[in-house]
Amino acid sequence: MVIDLPFIWAALIAIAVLAYVLLDGFDLGVGILFLGYESGHQRDIAMNSVAPVWDGNETWLILGGGGLFAVFPLAYAVVMPALYAPIIAMLLALVFRGVAFEYRWRTERGRFLWDWSFALGSTVAAFAQGVALGALVQGIPVENRAYAGGWWDWLTPFSVLTGVALVVGYSLLGATWLVLKTEGKIQQQARDYAVRAGVAMLVLIGVVSLATPYLNPVYLERWFAWPTAIFSIIVPALVLGCAYLLFSGLNRGYDLQPFLASLGIFLLCYIGIGISFYPYMVPPSLTIWQAAAPDDSLAFLLVGALILLPLIIAYTGYAYWVFRGKVRPGEGYH
Amino acid sequence: MFGFEALELARFQFAFTVAFHIIFPSFTIGLASYLAVLEGLWLWKKDDAYLKVFNYWKTIFAVAFGMGVVSGIVMSYQFGTNWSVFSDKAGPVIGPLMGYEVLTAFFLEAGFLGIMLFGLNRVGPKLHFVSTLVVAFGTLLSAFWILSVNSWMQTPAGYAINEVGQYVPVDWWEIVFNPSFPYRLVHMVLAAYLTTAFVVGAVGAFHLLRDRQNRGARIMFSMAMWMALIVAPLQLIAGHAHGENTLEHQPTKIAAMEGHFETKRGQPLILFGDPDAEAETVHNAIEIPKLGSWVLTGDFEGEVQGLKAWPKEEWPPLDIVFWSFRIMVGIGVLMILVGLWSGLERLRGNLFEARSLQRLSVVMGPMGFVAVVAGWIVTEVGRQPWTIYGELTTAASASPIETPAVTSSLLAFIVVYFIVFGAGTFYLLRLMGKTPEGGEGVEELGPIRTSGITPGPAKSLDQQPKPAE
Repeated sequence: MVIDLPFIWAALIAIAVLAYVLLDGFDLGVGILFLGYESGHQRDIAMNSVAPVWDGNETWLILGGGGLFAVFPLAYAVVMPALYAPIIAMLLALVFRGVAFEYRWRTERGRFLWDWSFALGSTVAAFAQGVALGALVQGIPVENRAYAGGWWDWLTPFSVLTGVALVVGYSLLGATWLVLKTEGKIQQQARDYAVRAGVAMLVLIGVVSLATPYLNPVYLERWFAWPTAIFSIIVPALVLGCAYLLFSGLNRGYDLQPFLASLGIFLLCYIGIGISFYPYMVPPSLTIWQAAAPDDSLAFLLVGALILLPLIIAYTGYAYWVFRGKVRPGEGYH
Repeated sequence: MFGFEALELARFQFAFTVAFHIIFPSFTIGLASYLAVLEGLWLWKKDDAYLKVFNYWKTIFAVAFGMGVVSGIVMSYQFGTNWSVFSDKAGPVIGPLMGYEVLTAFFLEAGFLGIMLFGLNRVGPKLHFVSTLVVAFGTLLSAFWILSVNSWMQTPAGYAINEVGQYVPVDWWEIVFNPSFPYRLVHMVLAAYLTTAFVVGAVGAFHLLRDRQNRGARIMFSMAMWMALIVAPLQLIAGHAHGENTLEHQPTKIAAMEGHFETKRGQPLILFGDPDAEAETVHNAIEIPKLGSWVLTGDFEGEVQGLKAWPKEEWPPLDIVFWSFRIMVGIGVLMILVGLWSGLERLRGNLFEARSLQRLSVVMGPMGFVAVVAGWIVTEVGRQPWTIYGELTTAASASPIETPAVTSSLLAFIVVYFIVFGAGTFYLLRLMGKTPEGGEGVEELGPIRTSGITPGPAKSLDQQPKPAE
């Protein structure tokens, strides 16, 4: 039996990136909505809802990037220079946002500065990630194992659109997370944000989905030719199902359902991108197998990943469980 | 010519960001272990003074760790943005090692950091102690993998080159435990412990100078001075062993560090001087005859190669390596002296009264960072002109990026780092300036704000954390 290591690793990297998007998505979303909350007490609670877990969430980004470096070094070497500006912008934004978690509590006078740095950092990071995704979907030209495009290729109406879509999508995740973790006025406000972000998100998903197949004939064929066309009915139908659960949950005052429904929408969009992408690592230039490192490298890391990933999921789950329940002032973290 | 400029800028960008980054791990590796020891002492001796010191440093740890995380994420992506050819070629070998760093260390630290910072009342002291231990273990694991990567770039082993020019693994054992790895790991971990000890010692001394009776300050100062007494001399031995290893595997680096141009028996030990690559000599050298050979080979007449044994384009930048090495060693010697002095004062039962020692300790506080950065400059600049020593040049490693792209990102990094880490340093210093709680007879448990992040409005600052059951 031949084990297709590049395929397994592509799946694992895809899972790592999905985990990142879902997890850091909601804590970036809290940041995007942050300035909408009254300074002081409300913001304290909003930030504390993610403070114990954001670092773990962001580690999935390092696993996604580091994993790409480890098992698809050629893809990594091509994608990073191609997306140079959005990647640097994302990194710098994450710097501002990450330190805000600590600095904010270290100063009374300067607190508003770190509130702004948290909010803007989260927004810019989300936007840059969306732009990077859009640029990747558009395609990256490769010659002689190196990026062969220009330095502004990443910037197109489509990538700006996906950037905006991701900011909106993360704010939906953030809003429904706050619905889950808070009470009273803060929660009410979060429900309000979730409704607005939910509507905007659906519109943007529609626009992006309609634009994507026209970027590349492969995508078009994938979505509208038999048998993959089945997905172009199933995926949007499921998205609408999740949207129904989202809005009905928000209407009826449920805490958990809107968050799960939002995660569902993200998952489906991600699957949609996967349907367009496969079997490319860097469309339209490199397939999974062309970009992969030698099997020795893939096997060495796979042994560890298969043992360690379940462990990581277990103790990360434990950490979430320790901090379960509503965030209340004066409780727990003191 | 444009390519050359982009290369220089990319090099500077890497040097700048890595020099900033290394400061935080070298502090948090030591501090995490220190916190674990403090919490262990608290649980063992049931003496709340240790918990107070623990909480004091926990807050500082949280701020420093946050800075380490964000500057580390930058590093992990910079391989791809600025050094994409290197990433493509070396990825199959060092990529999996960095993958293991994420899988074994980063998740562990991040997962348990939340519990360590916020969870004492949620999980109880025993599980909390386990979390602290896990965080400390995670920082050491992280050092293990990243130093393995760095060492492989210095002394590559266990690899082959495939048809597209990639370095591919042949023997993982040889790759991970490459020839310079054990030396580098020990030297770095000891450096982290010493750096932390001198920061803790400086804070303890600073507060002792204001209040000799402060229990927390006494604990800090005493523990830090034990560390200096025992570990600073060990570091000398470890550093020397590392040097011998470097002589074996990277003789050009040693020649640049020592300022040796001629290959000869009985090399002098040059204490100071002005190395001149053009004239191929060290001007105004203050030197001890034959000692250089003895240090490096154990024989006063041992032969040591000089730089002239290699073509000039393989010489590392001479001044930088030569001077950084002297700064590092000079600080190391000072640390040993402070440790010995403290041992003497302790023998005389005078440790907490020794004002001069305490004043010197305050000055020594940031010296560990200087030594660590200088040490990394020695080893990294000393590796030039290679990225993978003897294999792949730095010039051949860079991304095909245009100068304006690197220029603007470099400027952005400089501005952002100075704002963000400047503010962080300010907050850290302010935290360290707070008097540790711990005059004897203080009733309440724990200092006022303890956790890494102080949630809640200012009013609730007065609430004391619940004593641990």
